[in-house]
Amino acid sequence: MGPAAPTRPEARRPKPEADKNHLMDPVLIAQIALVVVVFHALLLSAAGMVYWERKIAAWLQQRVGPIYTGPAGLLQPFADVFKLFFKEELRPLAADKFLFYLAPVISAAAAFSAFAVVPFGPPTDFWGLLPREIPLYVADVNVAVLVIFAITSMGIYGIVLAGWSSNSKYSLLGGLRSSAQMISYELSYGLALAGVLVIGNTLSLHDLVEQQGGYWFGVIPRWFIFLQPLGFVVYMIAGIAETNRAPFDFPEAEQELVAGYHTEYSSMSFAMFFLAEYINMVTVSAVATNLFLGGWKGPFLPEWLGFLWFLIKLGALLFFYLWIRWTLPRYRYDQLMTFGWKVLLPLAVLNLLVTAAGVVYFGA
Amino acid sequence: MALDTVLFYAFAGITVLAALFVVVQRNPVYSVVLLIASFGGLAGLYVLLDAPFTAVTQIIVYAGAIMVLFLFTVMLLNVPREDASEFDRAHPLNRPGARRFGAVLVVLFLIEAVWAVWHVSGRETAALRATDPGSVASVREIGKVLFTDYAFAFEVTSLLILAAMVGAVVLARHRAE
Repeated sequence: MGPAAPTRPEARRPKPEADKNHLMDPVLIAQIALVVVVFHALLLSAAGMVYWERKIAAWLQQRVGPIYTGPAGLLQPFADVFKLFFKEELRPLAADKFLFYLAPVISAAAAFSAFAVVPFGPPTDFWGLLPREIPLYVADVNVAVLVIFAITSMGIYGIVLAGWSSNSKYSLLGGLRSSAQMISYELSYGLALAGVLVIGNTLSLHDLVEQQGGYWFGVIPRWFIFLQPLGFVVYMIAGIAETNRAPFDFPEAEQELVAGYHTEYSSMSFAMFFLAEYINMVTVSAVATNLFLGGWKGPFLPEWLGFLWFLIKLGALLFFYLWIRWTLPRYRYDQLMTFGWKVLLPLAVLNLLVTAAGVVYFGA
Repeated sequence: MALDTVLFYAFAGITVLAALFVVVQRNPVYSVVLLIASFGGLAGLYVLLDAPFTAVTQIIVYAGAIMVLFLFTVMLLNVPREDASEFDRAHPLNRPGARRFGAVLVVLFLIEAVWAVWHVSGRETAALRATDPGSVASVREIGKVLFTDYAFAFEVTSLLILAAMVGAVVLARHRAE
């Protein structure tokens, strides 16, 4: 008998009712389907983001962007992927073989698994198809917010190890910069969320969204952004820095570092870094949607169509990302560090202190 | 075998083997990566013990924050591989006396490990069953205990860390001048 075996069965979650024939349990099948759907939705969202990135960049620069591949250039990201598939996989001779191939896998795996705990709609039984309601997220974790942190902090290793294992100056400097940047901004990122967690008094993303239903004075939705405006701003800035996007894209500053940590990568290993970057953007925006913008809560639509509200808010935040990238020039590296440690972090701490004091005073 | 048991042995195996290879490994970057894997296995064990908060904290604090600094330092210093040729006959750890002492330590450690495994596996986990797992696992309970019963220790620890930080800064600046 294993030491961890059946010591405390009562601590486990209660099993579904249809236990005898559990392989044909419709709830189980629905949850497996959900995993598959979420995985492919993330893949497609990366493709969609590539398309929108190119389109919006073009419009902001008074160009037309991709138009020839498919209707309105919609097949452009797929053409890109096929091109990458058929490229030669190059590896520098002096590179560390194992870590060189492991690094993009870490990045992509961390990006995908972080989304597993993000809910994107109210619990549903799919119009009576299922015997009971299932929540619309992959993994049921009661410390969801912390899990996202943990997995995001694992994603850094992909970039750092890519920089080291390539055995190239530019890659190494890119990797070092990115780790320094992520360490600096992770603190602000976490503290910005802590304000919301203090108000919501829970770590479960689903419960936090549920608390944001209804209206103040019948007009203003009860979203946490109105209680935590500073927290939202700090979160978005730190989130952009965490995902290495412009104006904080130092790990890949072209003028100084060629392409940074992925200078030596080609073909699908490069595509994995690319994929990870876009999926991380989606995850950061999805968490912001759930924590600050009320998730699937919104007017006009019935409850079961809530995921449409989620998608609309997510899309708006992702557009914000692209808009910022093509509007602001890149900071200097010392400005980035000064801003992170001397402006953003004190603001985040102040926000948390004021929030905590407010919660204690008003007893919310 | 129950799924729990399979998972326990998988995670325990990862933890122990990775920890072993941290020491055996000659490349410092690989040592860091293996140590992260070891912490990951440990986090898996915490999850099996119904303590998701401890597991997540383990990943965030140790595997995330601290190991990133380790990796950063190892990369920045560009520590070379330790090659067998450097560890030659003249090394003080390679003298007969030192080697015999090492052998004795290994034997003692093995005896201790076997005794511990035999002793613990024979014991019934009634005491463990008696404790309420829900109260151990919940973030709220941990927070309450930390800020009431252990408030003094908690605050003193943070002061200690602050002192260490200030000390490090003072030492670094002293060198630079």
